[in-house]
Amino acid sequence: MFKYFEPNKIFLVTSKAPKYVLFLFIVIFSIGLAEALILSPEDYKQSHSVRIMYVHVPAAWISLGTFSAITLLSLVGYIFKIRNFFLISKSLAPSGLVFNIIALVTGAIWGKPTWGTWWAWDARITSMLILALFYIMYLVAWRIFENKDKAFKVTTIITIFGIINVPIIKYSVDWWNTLHQPASISMLSESSIHVSMMTPLLIMTAAFALFSLLIFLMKYNTELIKIKNKGLDRL
Amino acid sequence: MINDLIYMNGYGLYVWSAFSFTLISFTSLFVIVKIQYTKERNKFVAKFGLLNSERAAFAKTQSINKEILSNTSNI
Repeated sequence: MFKYFEPNKIFLVTSKAPKYVLFLFIVIFSIGLAEALILSPEDYKQSHSVRIMYVHVPAAWISLGTFSAITLLSLVGYIFKIRNFFLISKSLAPSGLVFNIIALVTGAIWGKPTWGTWWAWDARITSMLILALFYIMYLVAWRIFENKDKAFKVTTIITIFGIINVPIIKYSVDWWNTLHQPASISMLSESSIHVSMMTPLLIMTAAFALFSLLIFLMKYNTELIKIKNKGLDRL
Repeated sequence: MINDLIYMNGYGLYVWSAFSFTLISFTSLFVIVKIQYTKERNKFVAKFGLLNSERAAFAKTQSINKEILSNTSNI
């Protein structure tokens, strides 16, 4: 099964895909922006400030999802010695970090009109900040360690410690008294968010996921070309 | 209508700042990754050009090499 993950085969797809993904992202993001900024209603309590949710929540979701994917790929890659999984994980990390930062900054901007403060050491915010630190440690580890085997080991350890933080982020609003409200959207029960707000939220999430895919593809192609450059040096 | 969209009941500054920050982050990340990609691809093309005919013929047998060389305008 793992032969399908060989760089030769993957590059055939990843080298051509970015332009289509970019086009799709621009279309969906434009629709999402129109929905989020113009068509969706204001909240009865938070008024127009609720529109920040359409960038804040998808960014947080993608950032958490990306870190979980990085951990899974690193673990499987380490156990089965699939180097390409590390390449995929490494290529996913930059967009994950940027989404994490977007979630933190837009959260702070949303916090000011809603809670009256830019920042609070609340459980959800603090755990998101910790996730950003894990992203930074992960990316720095790739830069520090020249020896690839050591880099694989260290980055896998970082992701294992980092993944402990992911359920803490998710359930922090239930476990502790925080400024954040409990989750409005649930996979298992009915969501408390109205469809007029859910639609732009889902469209923006799709757009953000596409942007993450776009950056991943470009980064992955760059990493493969770097390897080929080293290969040419050896010829 | 336009004023409402900009002002947003006094929340315009917050809403537009959040959306602007997101857009700036997206653009910056895209540009940085694109520059890195172009730099590596150009390096590859230059290195390929320096190979003698025998080595170039051997290198060309690898499918990724052909893909990189043919993709001169990837996004």
